[in-house]
Amino acid sequence: MAKTHVTTTINGEPTEFLCDASQTMLDVLRDQLGLTGSKEGCGSGDCGACSIMLDDRLICSCLMLAVEAEGKKVETIEGMAHGEQLHPLQKKFVEFAALQCGICTPGFLVASKALLAKNPNPTETEVRFWLAGNLCRCTGYDKIVRAVMEVAAEMRETAR
Amino acid sequence: MSKGKYKWIGTRPDRPDGADKVTGRARFGADFNMPGQLVGKVLRSPHAHAVIKSIDASAALALPGVKAVVSAVDFPDQPNLIVPTGEMQVNLRDITRNVMAREKALYEGHPVAAVAATTEAVAKAALDLIKVEYEVLPHVIDVADAMKEDAPILHDHLITEGVKPAPTKPSNIAKRIDNLKGDIEAGFKQAEIVVERHYTTQAVHQGYIEPHATLASAAEDGQIQLWSTTQGHFQVRGFCSRLLNIETSQIRVTPTEIGGGFGGKTVVYLEPIAVRLSQKSGKPVKMVMSRDEVFRASGPAPGGTVHVKIGAKRDGTIVAAECTIALQAGAFPGSPVGPACWTSFACYDIPNIKVVGYDVVSNRPKVAAYRAPGAPISAWGVESTVDILAQELRMDPIDLRLKNAAKKGTKTSYGPTFDTIGFVETLEAAKASEHYKSKPRAGMSRGVAAGFWFNVGADSSAAAHVAEDGTVTIISGNPDIGGSRASLALMAAEELGVDYSKVRPVIADTSSIGFNFVTGGSRVTFATGLAVVNSVRDMIRELKVRAAKTWGVDPDGVIWEDGCAKPAGSNVGEFEPLSLAQLAATAGRTGGPINGHAQLNAQGAGPGFGVHIVDLAVDRDTGIVTVDRYTAAQDVGTAIHPSYVEGQLQGGAVQGVGWALNEEYIYGSKGRLDNAGFLDYRMPVASDLPMIETILVEVPNPHHPYGVRGVGEVPIVPPLAAVGNAVARSTGIRLTDLPLSPPRLSAAIDAATPRMAAE
Repeated sequence: MAKTHVTTTINGEPTEFLCDASQTMLDVLRDQLGLTGSKEGCGSGDCGACSIMLDDRLICSCLMLAVEAEGKKVETIEGMAHGEQLHPLQKKFVEFAALQCGICTPGFLVASKALLAKNPNPTETEVRFWLAGNLCRCTGYDKIVRAVMEVAAEMRETAR
Repeated sequence: MSKGKYKWIGTRPDRPDGADKVTGRARFGADFNMPGQLVGKVLRSPHAHAVIKSIDASAALALPGVKAVVSAVDFPDQPNLIVPTGEMQVNLRDITRNVMAREKALYEGHPVAAVAATTEAVAKAALDLIKVEYEVLPHVIDVADAMKEDAPILHDHLITEGVKPAPTKPSNIAKRIDNLKGDIEAGFKQAEIVVERHYTTQAVHQGYIEPHATLASAAEDGQIQLWSTTQGHFQVRGFCSRLLNIETSQIRVTPTEIGGGFGGKTVVYLEPIAVRLSQKSGKPVKMVMSRDEVFRASGPAPGGTVHVKIGAKRDGTIVAAECTIALQAGAFPGSPVGPACWTSFACYDIPNIKVVGYDVVSNRPKVAAYRAPGAPISAWGVESTVDILAQELRMDPIDLRLKNAAKKGTKTSYGPTFDTIGFVETLEAAKASEHYKSKPRAGMSRGVAAGFWFNVGADSSAAAHVAEDGTVTIISGNPDIGGSRASLALMAAEELGVDYSKVRPVIADTSSIGFNFVTGGSRVTFATGLAVVNSVRDMIRELKVRAAKTWGVDPDGVIWEDGCAKPAGSNVGEFEPLSLAQLAATAGRTGGPINGHAQLNAQGAGPGFGVHIVDLAVDRDTGIVTVDRYTAAQDVGTAIHPSYVEGQLQGGAVQGVGWALNEEYIYGSKGRLDNAGFLDYRMPVASDLPMIETILVEVPNPHHPYGVRGVGEVPIVPPLAAVGNAVARSTGIRLTDLPLSPPRLSAAIDAATPRMAAE
């Protein structure tokens, strides 16, 4: 079958690609566009390592068909830092040792940023439930939750 | 903490690979690609036990885009020879059969053939075209069933080791281990109270989020390049060399960043297949497992049975202890039953001990190491039994453990006598914690358990280089699985007396640094740390020679202090100190580049002990357990980077909580895994847990310049029983079979408390 031409925006850049109807967004990001920051941990939407934003909505890119990106706005981990400046969440994850192996980290960061955009003042329970779609096997989540809570507090302080 | 004693050790700087890992820049196993690469895929057995009568790949090879097919005939057979890998031993004869089934498929998911094709879609289509004729055999999944007289036999050559006289018939029992100390019968005669129980656990997966992945490129001149997500790239090289009859130096393995391993990435699955496919096709071949394949055909850790009997005096003194452990090895011998036996009573100073272990094969994937391999299983039995003893004696569970705690000078059942250890200090720290001193919150019950792991030393190589501007590179050969770059750089900075930011740690491929044993056993910060420290010392020796040359004095008259060469005393002469940068700038005139090297086989790994406290509630209707508070205390030697030490305690504890509450391999009647995905294999998520409090008890290891003990393994040992003990105290029911999942727990509660019939 002929490939489909898709016109989309990825991390603010107008982007075009050709894909098969069966290809997932994650496959296209990783294999065609060289954006390997999104990871495949399961391919079934259970681990969250492939988390991206699609028109400001947090999704698992392994569950999205690439053709669905047509006319939409996609944001990935590669678009999180600005120039030399890491996003406060990225900085805090490093400072708090909220990663060990780091494979789940891009997904957690994308999901955490989505949480703070929606809820700048989450309780610990809200953070834990929001991030329940992201698996981490190394940290036991403690330092991840602390980092997100701390950044939320700092961002509230800055916004005042 | 070590504060004050050191400048860098004990501080919490950003890890050197931090920015890479929060931006998506870090390249993990599946992130490596080469121009013209093919996609490799494995055809796996749908049967738990079957003779492979024939394999016909002609239709697959005829499919456009298919470039190579391999099966067992493409791999030379191997001798019955045991080699070490990670914390476990493997037999080359078995490992080649695990990589690619030969005579029989021994578990569902066992590789039978593999293809390399231009695209994923073509590769998948090709797998469907390979015709395999099987003769399905009766299978056996459960350990107890596999040990029965009439069980289906997996290996006709398997005669139980360690039994005298040797059996005349093959069985599924690969090995029997016996550990004896004192006189067990006389010991139990002194006992005033005896507690005896039978426990079971199920197989669990290491659960690393990154599936196995590799990229192989075999050149026409015989040289091989491999990229692999592994805990030991030197082991990948060694296995590929042996399994494919390739000279070791022809193979260069580059470790990618590794997305978790926990022991499960100390062996090879894909790498020899990818190399063979690359050799046959003449193209680079990339292979990545799906999560389904990871569950069915990698790892797991064994399940097993543990029978424990403990005898004590009324005052709590344990006088005799006995346990029998049978562990699943999977399809080939080699379960961690040895460490399960040796660790079982290691926490305690008991005069009379008898431990018997059985290594049992069955039609499951071959088990791999998982954090303190074997120890959580025996600890589940022993620490539950110790808790029952505490209840029956009406003693505080920490006091009972303190009364019997192993100390310096305690002789273990498996041979060694402990040097300086910190179990008593850890128990006391747990007892003095705010958590233990305060009552559980309303509705919560508390459980306590302890755990032990030997820790490992073994082979490491390292190098240290000074750059022209005086900054330093330290080169080692262990994949960084949880922040080891940071701890190595901290030790180097401390030793050199320079800023942490001036030290850049690099993990070299197999051709760029000497041999290193795997990242595992809790050895990297200890053994590779020691190699790094020694390489820096070697470099300092050279720096002193250069300073001596500059000053025209004897090198013995130079000392190294605060990052500078200084005269040892006024008798040497009056010289301004020479900094690293100054010595580097003049290196060309004083003898050329300044480097240091070290290689060693590290002895004296300091054992570690942990004590965990958990408060939880059990919903009596649903059987759901809510963990309210958790504290992990451990003697960590010296916490080089305390955040990553805490992280080891927290992560290990949570893996243990998952093991206790939910995780298990579930098999159907045909011997097929029913829950090969993260939805049905339920690992803990953030909303399942509270914060994990940590208490770092620093009892330095006398055999390391900075007192390092491995810290990664111990934390998974206590949680199973800590959770079980809390559940028992909450419900009044002592469950002995893991996991304590909602269906099992609610059924047990229902059975213990018959309800009124519904009107």
